[in-house]
Amino acid sequence: MELVCPAGSLPALKTAVDNGADAVYIGFRDSTNARQFAGLNFNDKRAAEGIDYAHSRGRRVFCAINTYPQPDGWEQWKAAVDRAAGLGVDAIILADMGLLDYAASRYPDIPRHLSVQGSATSYEALSFYKDNFDIRRAVLPRVLSLDQVRGVAKHSPVELEVFAFGSLCIMAEGRCYLSSYLTDESPNTRGACSPAKAVRWQETPQGLESRLNDVLIDRYGQGESAGYPTLCKGRFEVEGSVYHAIEEPVSLNTLDLLPELQELGISAVKIEGRQRSPAYIADVARTWRQALDNLDRTPGMFTVENDWRNTLSGLSEGGLTTLGAYHRKWK
Amino acid sequence: MMKLSLGPILWFWSKQAVFDFYAKAAEWPVDTIYLGEAVCSRRRELKPDDWFDLARDLKACGKEVVISTQTLIESEADLRRLRRICDQNEFLVEANDQSAVQVASRHHIPFITGPSMNIYNVATLKVLAKQGLKGWNLPVELGKETLEQLITGLKQEGLDLPAEVFSWGFLPLAWSSRCFTARHYNLPKDNCEFRCLQHPDGMELRSRESQELFRLNGISTLSGSRYDLMRELPEMERLGVSTVRLSPEHQGMEEVVQRFDQVRRGEVPATDPLQLVEAPPCNGYWYGKPGMDLVAS
Repeated sequence: MELVCPAGSLPALKTAVDNGADAVYIGFRDSTNARQFAGLNFNDKRAAEGIDYAHSRGRRVFCAINTYPQPDGWEQWKAAVDRAAGLGVDAIILADMGLLDYAASRYPDIPRHLSVQGSATSYEALSFYKDNFDIRRAVLPRVLSLDQVRGVAKHSPVELEVFAFGSLCIMAEGRCYLSSYLTDESPNTRGACSPAKAVRWQETPQGLESRLNDVLIDRYGQGESAGYPTLCKGRFEVEGSVYHAIEEPVSLNTLDLLPELQELGISAVKIEGRQRSPAYIADVARTWRQALDNLDRTPGMFTVENDWRNTLSGLSEGGLTTLGAYHRKWK
Repeated sequence: MMKLSLGPILWFWSKQAVFDFYAKAAEWPVDTIYLGEAVCSRRRELKPDDWFDLARDLKACGKEVVISTQTLIESEADLRRLRRICDQNEFLVEANDQSAVQVASRHHIPFITGPSMNIYNVATLKVLAKQGLKGWNLPVELGKETLEQLITGLKQEGLDLPAEVFSWGFLPLAWSSRCFTARHYNLPKDNCEFRCLQHPDGMELRSRESQELFRLNGISTLSGSRYDLMRELPEMERLGVSTVRLSPEHQGMEEVVQRFDQVRRGEVPATDPLQLVEAPPCNGYWYGKPGMDLVAS
């Protein structure tokens, strides 16, 4: 299985390559990709340098253009596909059907990967994307259980990539409009969820409060560690009880599932986090490289080493990890 | 004149409640009725054949009927239900994800896309038109500016694809494999005891300052405020919107339909919004603002 790592900057890209990524995914410095953060991502010059660095070491670079252009953005998004093609990326990661159609007809020789934002959760949906845009690979949404991944993998007409580690979306990606309901930006429209521009922190007599466009997302008591106010991870009131009504702030970690994923014929595991620092990328990439190498060296004997577990726990939201939806009892 | 449609029931109601609702709806001035389970695979009070029987009855009453498909397709069982819906030639299908588009087009069944299909540009509509698209819903997070550009673009392409706009009700905003109603009751999703039946208009999720944010409805999350575009009907007509979608609620729906009908006919001015279940109104998305906002016109 291939290890696909995120890079939000040139140093992060080099770090990922140096620490064992088989492929790195990047985005341009605008809202054409789903990690639009101030100061993050690549201009053409940096992207060219990064691609050169990876290629000279035998690694690949994918470019994510995985938000949804509206008519007034169409030319900009199309130009992003042209730029990626001109830079010589190894694949373009796309979600929008119109843009997939453009890429497939204009650049048939550049592989197209369906982004997780394309929200394909069945082999029929994958067949739609394969038949219409000849995609080579699809990234599966994080909402599927392992059994469901097995069902999809058995009949999939394309290579599959699954999320292995990082922040956990619990809503079907590409069809979650919660962020634009509270703010005016969503992953689909602007490549942003719970955008930083709408975040406000405030010390109050009741505790530290995090707000998103003035909406109270969470309030932290003494000694509680505060996390970024991603709106689905706040504490809210439902029928008189206050709790993480949608999701706890935890990270996805599927190390334990590696042998099963390999057995299912999954082609690649993906690390989330283009917004993360190079130091984070280094630790995560190195750990997963060791795990994947072990898996190859000792078929049938794979065990998760404590070292890896500790490293990854230390890098997780709230220090907690979960198998997410892959584990059926998840609720 | 623009058509009025009743979207699929997004909540979980008992079989009797569903039959009672549509027995009344048959008399209402709606042109199109979407039938079927669009949210949760565990909601099987009505079997596919029950839905088809209901569809035939409503068709006999002069309604155009469209059969809706599940939005989040995850399992082989979900695909079997989807194929069952597409294995007929009496009704249009509402495709709520690409699996449905694929299966419908393979069966040569014309389809309409629901608001959870990501249609953000004309190129996407062109792709779907080749598969048998007969109409489409604007994604809920898009507003009138984008809609106008899309309708203009379609005209330039010479494509006749009627546009429908979700115009009244709680907005469907997200779908998950997890069930938030079961989570609230500390039950596993696979043994949820069908608690959604106790919440015919969802469970209110509020901030700790009592601000109504969302409505939890099984695996789906809806807006906490009720989207209301009644005042925008004249503008929608000007833009060339074909159908105005009203999302079913278990109380007061007749009043809503009547009022929208009077407004579309120009019989009453598009004045103050109706208040039914206590929920604040919103219309932000239409104006390119946060969805929860209420913009005064």
